[in-house]
Amino acid sequence: MNALKQFIRKPMGVVGAVMLLVVVVVAVCAPWLAPYDPQERVQVTPDDILAPPDAEHLLGRDDAGKDVLSQLIYGARVSLIVGFTASFMSMFIGTTVGLVAGYYGGRVGNTLMRLVDFLMVIPDLPLMLVIIAVMGRGLLNIILVIGLLGWTYTARLVRSQVLSIKERQFVLRAQAIGAGGGRIILRHILPQVLPLIIAQAVLDISVSILAESSLAFLGLGDPTLISWGMMLNFAFERAISRQAWWFLLPPGFAIVLISLALVLIGNTLDEIVNPRLRTHHLFDPRRMVALVTGTPPQSEAKVAAKAR
Amino acid sequence: MENQPILQVHDLHKYFPISRGVWGTLACQPRRWVRAVDGVSFTVQRGEILALVGESGSGKTTVGMNVLGLQRPTRGHILFGGYDVTEWAQGHGPSLETGGGDPSTGSGLCLAALSRRRRVMLLRERAQMIFQDPYESLNPRQIVFDVVAEPMEIHRLTHSREEKRERVRAALETCGLAPADHFWGRFPAGLSGGQRQRVVIAGALVLEPELLVADEPVSMLDVSIRAEILNLLHVLRRERGITILYTTHDLATAGFFTDRMAVMYLGRIVELGPTAEVLKEPRHPYTRALISVIPVPNPRRRRKRMILQGEIPDAIDVPPGCRFHPRCPDAVPECRETDPQLRAIAGSHEVACILA
Amino acid sequence: MAILDVRNLSVDYLTDDGTALCAVEEVSFRLEEGRSLGIVGESGCGKTTVMMALLRLLPEEGRIVNGQVIFGGRDLLHCSEAEMRKIRWCEISMVFQGAMNALNPVRTVESQIVESLRLHITQDIRVARERTGELLELVGIPAQRGRQYPHQFSGGMRQRAVIAMALACAPSILIADEPTTALDVMIQAQILELLERLQAELALSLIMVTHDLGMVAETCDDVLVMYGGMVAEYANSDAIFNDPQHPYTQRLMEAFPDVEEPGSTLASIPGNPPRLDELPPGCRFEPRCECQWREAFCAQKMPPLVELEPDHCVACHWASRIG
Repeated sequence: MNALKQFIRKPMGVVGAVMLLVVVVVAVCAPWLAPYDPQERVQVTPDDILAPPDAEHLLGRDDAGKDVLSQLIYGARVSLIVGFTASFMSMFIGTTVGLVAGYYGGRVGNTLMRLVDFLMVIPDLPLMLVIIAVMGRGLLNIILVIGLLGWTYTARLVRSQVLSIKERQFVLRAQAIGAGGGRIILRHILPQVLPLIIAQAVLDISVSILAESSLAFLGLGDPTLISWGMMLNFAFERAISRQAWWFLLPPGFAIVLISLALVLIGNTLDEIVNPRLRTHHLFDPRRMVALVTGTPPQSEAKVAAKAR
Repeated sequence: MENQPILQVHDLHKYFPISRGVWGTLACQPRRWVRAVDGVSFTVQRGEILALVGESGSGKTTVGMNVLGLQRPTRGHILFGGYDVTEWAQGHGPSLETGGGDPSTGSGLCLAALSRRRRVMLLRERAQMIFQDPYESLNPRQIVFDVVAEPMEIHRLTHSREEKRERVRAALETCGLAPADHFWGRFPAGLSGGQRQRVVIAGALVLEPELLVADEPVSMLDVSIRAEILNLLHVLRRERGITILYTTHDLATAGFFTDRMAVMYLGRIVELGPTAEVLKEPRHPYTRALISVIPVPNPRRRRKRMILQGEIPDAIDVPPGCRFHPRCPDAVPECRETDPQLRAIAGSHEVACILA
Repeated sequence: MAILDVRNLSVDYLTDDGTALCAVEEVSFRLEEGRSLGIVGESGCGKTTVMMALLRLLPEEGRIVNGQVIFGGRDLLHCSEAEMRKIRWCEISMVFQGAMNALNPVRTVESQIVESLRLHITQDIRVARERTGELLELVGIPAQRGRQYPHQFSGGMRQRAVIAMALACAPSILIADEPTTALDVMIQAQILELLERLQAELALSLIMVTHDLGMVAETCDDVLVMYGGMVAEYANSDAIFNDPQHPYTQRLMEAFPDVEEPGSTLASIPGNPPRLDELPPGCRFEPRCECQWREAFCAQKMPPLVELEPDHCVACHWASRIG
C-alpha cells in the first residue's frame, strides 16, 4: 500500500510504531512477563511497604507491598483496552454524525451540529466525573463515558470534509446515475474521509488513555483493576511523603510513553493523508515529475477549463 | 409518439440566492439572485444533437443540470418524453423528503402512483450526463468495472454476475476501451483523460438512456484526442438513436458534429438554428462577434476580429432591456427599452434581436 | 537578428530512485528580434520545461545536461545566479501558467507590482507607484483599480495585471506560458490583441507556449512544434500551417476544428504521448505515426533535425528524404 510505504519512510512515525508495538506486546504477554501476579495476596511485613527496588522487585514495592513492575505491566492492559475501545466508539459515532450532518445538511445537519456545539462547550472532565459518580465505577462505564463524550471533534472534522467532498464532480455523477444518499455516503464519500478518520483515531486513542488515567487518578477508576492512573492515584497519596519515586515515576512515564507513541503515529499518518495537492507554486515540482512519467494529472487543457 | 420531441424546455428559470448574511437579513435587505438561467425555451427532437454554446456565465451547464433534474428549476417546465419532470428534480444535496403525491401531467403510465424516488429512478434510466472534468468525475477509489456496473446495480438491471460482466464489457468496448478486461481492473489514476472520459460514457450507456447531456466533454482533453470522443458521441447517435445535448464554449467543435445550435448569453438563448446556418450566417451580433474571434488554424486566413470590449456582466445585475446591449456594436437606443424574445427569421432559424 | 539562440538544450529529471528521465532533448530554436515564436505541443511534451530551463528556474529534480542559450552575447546556462537574477524579469520576463490565479490575495494589485519594481528598478516608492499606474494603463486597466484586490478583478483583468507585472522592468523578451488558457473566448481575443499591441509598442520579442494551435495561427510569426521532449518541426507560421512536413504536425492540423468549415471531418491521433520513462530509441512519434512511408528504421534511429528549406526544419526520416 502506498500509505504504508510512505509511513515507513518517516522516522518519527516508525519510532512511534515501535513504541506502541512494545507496549502492546507487554500487555498481551503480561501473564508471562510479570514476575508476580498483582492480584495475589501477599504476606507483607512493614519493611515491604514501599520498599525500594532490589533484585527481586525491580521497581520496588507499592504501599501494599506488591510488586510495582508487575502492576505496571498489567496496567498496560487497561490503558490499551480503554484507549482502543473508547476511541473506536467515539470514532464510530463521530463519523456517523459527521457524515449525516455534512451530506444532508438542512435542518438535520443543523440540529446535529448544535448538539455537537452543546457537548463541546461542556467541560469534559467534570462531566465525566459527575456521570461516573452517578453510574458507578466500572471499566465498562469508563469506556462508555469516554467514548460517548469524545466524538464531537471527529464529527466536526468529518462534517467539514464531507462538505467539500460532496461538491466534487464524482458525487454529482453518482447522483446523476441515480444513487441514493446512503449509497453515496458509504460508497463515495466515506472512502475519501477514511484516511483522515484513521489518522484522527490514532490521536484519539491517546486522548482516551489520558482521560482514563485522569479518571483513575482522581479515584474514579475501576477499583478491581490496576491501571496506571490508579497507580498514580495511590502513589500521589501515599508515596510522595516517603519519596518512593519507584512507585510514582513508572506509571507516569508509561502514560507519557504511550501517548507519545500514538501522537507520533497519528501525526505521521496525518502528514501522509492530508491533501497537499493544493499548492500555489507556479511550477510545482511534483507535477513536473508526474508530467515526466507520462501521466499528467493536470494537463494544460485541465487548467484551461478550470475557471469555466 | 414518434413525432413527439423527446425534450421540451418551457420558459426555464434558475435563480441562485445570494446570502444576505445576518445583518442583511436583519436589515430586511431585498433578496438578490444570480439569474443563471433567465427564460430559456427549446425543443429537442429524438435523435437530434443540439449544441448549447456560450461563454462562462451563459447558463449552459445550468440548463443541462436542470434538464436532468439534478437541480430544481425556479420556474418553468421540463418535459421529457411528454412527461412533466419538473417536480421530480432534487435539490443539490438531496433533501430528506420522501415524496409521493405529486401530480404528473403525463399520458399513459400512471406516474402519480409511484413514489418520487421511483420516478427519479425512471428518469435516471432514460437521461444521463457526461461531465466536463474527466479527472474529477470518477471516484478515485472505484475500479473501472465498478464504475460501469454501479448504475446497473442501483437500478437492479442485471440478475447474474455473468450478465453484469457482459454488459460492462459491451459498454466498455462500444466506447473504444477494448479489450475490456485490460481496463476494468484499473483505477482512474491509471488512465489518460480520454480513457477516463470513455469510462464515464460507458457508465452512462449501460443504462441505455435516450438522452445524453454532454457538458463540455472535451474541453479538458488534449486537442488530438477530442475528435475521438466527439466521434464516439456521433456514432452513438447514429447507431442507437441517442439524443445528445452538447454544451460547449467552443463553437468550432459544435460546428463539427451537431445538428442545431443554440447560442446563449447571460442566461438566455440569443440565437437558435441549424448549426451550419448559424455558423455561416449568424444573425445576432453576439454570435457574429463570437464566430469572428475564434481562431482559424491558418495564418493566411486571418480575419477581421470583432473583439467585444468589456466582460460578461454579472448574472446578478442583468442590464435592462436587451441584456447584450452594453457590449453590442450595433446597439440602438431602443435596445435599452425592449427585451427581445426569440423569433423565427428564416425557417427554423430564430434570433432574439430587434435588429435582425 | 536573433535575440535569443537556443542550441541543443537537453534537460533531465531525476526521479526518487535516482534514474534520470529525459524530459527535453536537443531542442534548438531562435527567437528573432521583434517577432513572436509559438511553441506548440500537447501536455507533457516539455515546452514549459524548456522555458524554465532557459531562465534557470528548474526545480531541484531538473538537470540541464547539455546545450547553450545565447542571449546578449552570453550563454545563460553558464551565468552565475547573481547575473541570472539581473536578467530575469529585467531582460527576459515570463507570465507563468496559471499566474492569474497565483496573485497574492491579501495584497492589492498595485502593491504587488510596486514591490516588483522596487526590487528591480528603484527604491523610491513614489516613482514605483507612478510607473505602476502607467503599466496598468498600458494593459488596459484603469490606474485607480490598482488599489483593489485580485478577487475583485475578473479573470481577464487578472491576466492583464500579471502581464503588467511581467513588463514592469521593460524586458526585451516576454515569455507567455498558456496566457489565455483559462479564459473565455472573447477575453482570449482581448488578451491576444493586447499582446500584439504591446509587442508593437514596446518592441517586444514574444514567446508563446501553448497547446492551442489557433492562437498560434493568429498571432505567431514562427512556430516550434514539440513532441515527446523533442522538436518535431520548426518553421515560420505559414509553412507550418500550409505545408507541414512532420506527420505529427500534419495530424495536429487535421485535428483542429475549423469554424469556417463546419461539418468537415475531424481527425484524432490514436494512442497517447510517450511516457518519458519508456522512451523508444528511435522516433518518438513512431508508435502513433500512420504515415504510409513508415518503416522499421523509424523506430530504431532517431531522426535528426534537418533544415529542408531555409527556416523550415523537420525531424522526420521520411520528410527529410522526400523534401
